Amino acid sequence: MLFASPLTSVMKRNAIVPRPGFVLDVDRSTPPILFHHGEGFRLERLPAGRSRVIYPSEPIEALKNPDAAIRDALINPIGDSEPLTALLKPGMKLTIAFDDISLPLPPMKRPDIRQRVIEAVLDLAAAAGVDDVMLIAALALHRRMTESELRHAVGDRVYDAFAPDGRLINHDAEDPDNLLYIGSTEKGEEVEINKRAADSDLIIYVNINLVSMDGGWKSTATGLASYRSLRHHHNVRTMQHSKSFMDQHKSELHSANWRMGKVLRDSGIKVFQIETTMNNNVFGTEGPMSVLQKREWEWSLKDRVTMAGMKTALDLMPSRTKRSIFQGWQAPHAMTSVQAGEVEAVHKLTTENVYKQHLVQVEGQTDILTMGLPYISPYNVNSILNPILVACLGLGYFFNLYRGKPPVREGGVVIMSHPTPWEFHPVHHPSYIDFFEQVLSVTTDPLRIEAEFEKSFAEDEWYRHLYRTSHAYHGVHPFYMWYWCSHALQHVGEVIIVGGDVRAVRRLGFKPASTLQDALEMASDVVGRDATITHLHNPPILMADVS
Amino acid sequence: MIRESLAGKRLFITGTTGFLGTNLLERLLRSVPECEVVLLVRAGKRSSVEQRVKREIFKNDAFDRLRAKLGAEGFAEMIERRVTSVAGDVGRDGLGLDEAGRAVLASCDIIIHSAATVSFDSPLDSAVEVNLLGPTRIALTCQDLGITPHLVAVSTCYVAGNRRGAAPEQLVDESPFFIDVPWRGEVEGARRARRDADADSRTPEKLKEFRERARRELGAAGTPLLADKTEQWRTRWVADRMVEAGRARAASLGWPDAYAYTKALGERALVENRGNVPVSIVRPSIIESALAEPVPGWIRGFRMAEPVIISYARGLLKEFPGIPEGIVDVIPVDLVSAAIIAVAAKGPEEKPEVVQVASGSQNPLRYRRLVDLISAWFQLHPLYDTKGQPIMVPTWSFPGRGSVQTQLQRAKSGLERVESVLSALPLRGAQAQWGASIEAKREEAERALGYVELYGAYAECEAVYGLDRLIAMWDAHSAEDQRDFCFDPRVIDWDYFVEEIHLPSVVKAARVRTTPGGKVGASRSTRLREQVLAPERQLAAFDLENTLIASNVVSSYAFIATRRMPRDERIRFVASLLAEGPSLLSLDRKDRSDFLRMFYRRYDGAPIDQIAEDSAEMFSRLILAKSFPAAIRRVRAHKAAGHRTVLITGALDFVVKPLEPLFDDIIATEMNTSGGTYNGELANVPPTGESRAQVLMDYAELHGLDLAETVAYADSTSDLPMLEAVGFPVAVNPEMRLAALARKRGWLVEQFSKSPGSARTLVPIGPRRGRNGGLSNPLVPGGTA
Repeated sequence: MLFASPLTSVMKRNAIVPRPGFVLDVDRSTPPILFHHGEGFRLERLPAGRSRVIYPSEPIEALKNPDAAIRDALINPIGDSEPLTALLKPGMKLTIAFDDISLPLPPMKRPDIRQRVIEAVLDLAAAAGVDDVMLIAALALHRRMTESELRHAVGDRVYDAFAPDGRLINHDAEDPDNLLYIGSTEKGEEVEINKRAADSDLIIYVNINLVSMDGGWKSTATGLASYRSLRHHHNVRTMQHSKSFMDQHKSELHSANWRMGKVLRDSGIKVFQIETTMNNNVFGTEGPMSVLQKREWEWSLKDRVTMAGMKTALDLMPSRTKRSIFQGWQAPHAMTSVQAGEVEAVHKLTTENVYKQHLVQVEGQTDILTMGLPYISPYNVNSILNPILVACLGLGYFFNLYRGKPPVREGGVVIMSHPTPWEFHPVHHPSYIDFFEQVLSVTTDPLRIEAEFEKSFAEDEWYRHLYRTSHAYHGVHPFYMWYWCSHALQHVGEVIIVGGDVRAVRRLGFKPASTLQDALEMASDVVGRDATITHLHNPPILMADVS
Repeated sequence: MIRESLAGKRLFITGTTGFLGTNLLERLLRSVPECEVVLLVRAGKRSSVEQRVKREIFKNDAFDRLRAKLGAEGFAEMIERRVTSVAGDVGRDGLGLDEAGRAVLASCDIIIHSAATVSFDSPLDSAVEVNLLGPTRIALTCQDLGITPHLVAVSTCYVAGNRRGAAPEQLVDESPFFIDVPWRGEVEGARRARRDADADSRTPEKLKEFRERARRELGAAGTPLLADKTEQWRTRWVADRMVEAGRARAASLGWPDAYAYTKALGERALVENRGNVPVSIVRPSIIESALAEPVPGWIRGFRMAEPVIISYARGLLKEFPGIPEGIVDVIPVDLVSAAIIAVAAKGPEEKPEVVQVASGSQNPLRYRRLVDLISAWFQLHPLYDTKGQPIMVPTWSFPGRGSVQTQLQRAKSGLERVESVLSALPLRGAQAQWGASIEAKREEAERALGYVELYGAYAECEAVYGLDRLIAMWDAHSAEDQRDFCFDPRVIDWDYFVEEIHLPSVVKAARVRTTPGGKVGASRSTRLREQVLAPERQLAAFDLENTLIASNVVSSYAFIATRRMPRDERIRFVASLLAEGPSLLSLDRKDRSDFLRMFYRRYDGAPIDQIAEDSAEMFSRLILAKSFPAAIRRVRAHKAAGHRTVLITGALDFVVKPLEPLFDDIIATEMNTSGGTYNGELANVPPTGESRAQVLMDYAELHGLDLAETVAYADSTSDLPMLEAVGFPVAVNPEMRLAALARKRGWLVEQFSKSPGSARTLVPIGPRRGRNGGLSNPLVPGGTA
């Protein structure tokens, strides 16, 4: 047997106990496998006898009473921390920072976790007589959130109480008047964060830890930082030394953030960290989308008809319409844990909770890794997944969802499925457009791009203006997206995109293929005829624990 | 011996800037080394006689052979020693000579008059002044000076008129078919026709027509430009009428065109007025490229059969009239020069002598043979279209002139109709380019029609020109003269001449694509783009609407106006705005600045604070969402190249304020305010039309920048004054009229488009501020992500 797999027999669906993720060996009886394909789907037959599919765990159980769990966490903190009630004092300066629009994915149904947590925190603050409260969307170099997005995250009650008099704001990493240089780490990394937050007696950071990368010191040291500070770990060298950045113990990205966290702590900045985890229930158990969460051989007749109908309808729709439908999807995923207190202690427990949902045991590497890329990434909520984001979603995020070693061997091939249209959101991604036209047309080598182009984009006055006053990602952001791919680009021998816009795929430096069969044929030039294949059945999210 | 008999002689030559004149002069300087020449040259509008002689005569490649032989210094020395130029004009009485010029003329032994307006479609009066009166003026000037040099006048075989059969070497009035019209009456008639045409062009009806035509062509380009265009149309109309008058008068008397007609009467007048000046007349037929001297295939200019040949090779002339067995009387230019020199050397006869230099009667080239040769040659050496594909040449079936004309006329008027329909549509970008290409096609059809009208008569001419005197002269020549001054048409091998000499030379002179395959080297647009971004440029001026963003003042008004409207009111608002659309559009087309003034009144009473807040929102939701990323990149590229950048727009200042970091300066329309609200009246003239050009000029002056080093980007003909004011105009997504103009003038045309995938809104209204102030998601209709 080629792969050891924990589950080999077909199981009857059992809704009461969520089944863990597992690896399926593809044989002749395996039905076509679902590949996400942007705002659409492909059903692909994988070669029998040499392919395996990694399935995510079914949604684990959510907290029955999240509000009570939150209150409980606030007064029973973890690690070296007093209960929040003890930390809140009249006359103090309090800043509540929270994760921005990039989390969770897809956006969750109201009420958002952030709303629940912030409301609980504000209740305690009000009870303690704290008047000076500021809410900051910790968006680092992401785009400013719009009013409706902020309302969705914090709820109307909080928004209406704080936004009108400017006490609910988007972090501005380019506001020279509202940044404070704290110091630098032993490796010379400068730490500079939001001044209001730094000047506060207490920072409460409200996290949604969708994947294991999120949270810890990365919240404050990245979310509230400036470009000057971020560039020390958002660079090619760091990303090439983070294997993977989803595994904090092997991630240089996290080491740098933890060093910065130490600088913050040593400077007297007090952070009360609240972290929450979520389950995998992104498509629900009812309605047409629920089929996406089921395993193919368990699809009922209704599921099959639904899938066929969706595919046909989506094929007929203009991309604009498809995009509106998918971007309008709000997931029913729910909170599975909440922990509060000292940053590192909290994060240790959070990570365990994230792993409970995501980790799937996988044995060994294969020659080829296939993945179907969905319509959404952290940077195109209510927007367009442009070609650079396609690359980042596949080679940055999906590729790095491993612990141990990548599920594909060094020099192997990555095959991704996505339409990769040559489309950009003109308001959200202006520097991406220019990056695509002016940088990728010259080179796709991350190191060269970093050396030759980063500075001019990062310090560009127009991009800065758009970042600060409109809703644009920072000028340097497309570079970071490309750096995010650098570990994968270094590791694999070839990248093929199935069903993508040929010109756009070539511009990315990848190879376009019209079908999966063609892609596998092309891959055989690199890894030979009988290459072994792993398919990452994501989303819902899974993380391969490769031994 | 020709060389000996001309040794030590001084020859006065007119028309040396022309095709024949240049060849003749070169031949004299090279083959008759002991003669001197005096050139009568008109001073140019901006250049002196010396400059013209240097640039337009001796720079010509005809002199390469002689220059190579003598060396650059030797050549200069020879010119210095042997050539004198005097300023003058055969179109003026006394030849326009000053005293010094008259003295030089008085010292000459021989006059060769080769100046003429050879263009077959020149206006009647100018043909009369030069062709009819020119030779007479020379004779009268000689009489005035009391000199009797040998006057060799170059005329044309076609003075014989449209006739079949033999046309011997005789004076025009000796022909039994000559209609003896008094030439003085013709001169008077031509001059009167000019006065009448001019008077007719100034009637109110006509002036109105010209003004309308100018507006149709330029759109709302502002008064000064429209006035200029109107006057251009008027002069063109007068000129067209004079051309028509010439053609009609010539046809009425039996000549193919005004050229032959005025030349014929010119001969007649010369003979009558020659006094005691001895006269010889040399009549070539259709002069084409050189057989051997100075080099085979030498040609200058592009006006006789060449355009017809090239149009045929490009597949444009699907048919051409002509009689297949008829004779096309063509004669190489060097044979004509040699014949003229031989006549000059031989000296005058007692009675004015006529020598014809033609080929038809001795060595005829049949029309069908010519067409076959040309067709075969182009099948072997096709021209290539812009995509690098070879062009197939059409097969001619030799129909009558009438049917070809009808066919072309029909094609032309069909295209005109398509064009007028297209120009009424608000087309932009690629569609407008298509419209402009229709215009180019219509112009091609017009040109083809013109060729048929002009040259058709020549292809159909069945006269056979007698060459008795020419052959007699040839036979009397010594072997040496026959070797050095060949004018015997019997030596021409037509197949060889057409295939090996004439066609290669025509194709080369026409600068057409003769190589297959895609573009070699940088395309024209790439080169122009490099030019506009070159570091030497100083200033880049941009229009806003349809240049930087796909939006307009109506959209931005609608956005702001609807921001705080309840839902049902919004629907009413949109409906009324849509109903107004056509009238707004037509006002905008008439006068942009009137339109803006009228439209901006709607802002009366708008609170300033609220507008400022809403404009900031509009920046993201309308301006950026509808922006052209490539255009914004271009602004930034100019900045990076060290150019100053300025936005000049008729939009209101608060609308474009968020664009400030993109430009060094923004010049926009400002509105008056009173007590915290706008009052709908403008504080300055909106920068549109000529005032936009003025604003740019003032701006350039203020900052000490050179307009010749300025780049201007705009999308419509209302911006023409600005585009014309600068050294590097760029038409962005041009509407049809501007696309056509840009194409003609060789301007850079850019097609900037919205980011693919950007939101599309059919009706320009702002997202509503809901009860709780929530803004809807731009991508999800009605959604609140």
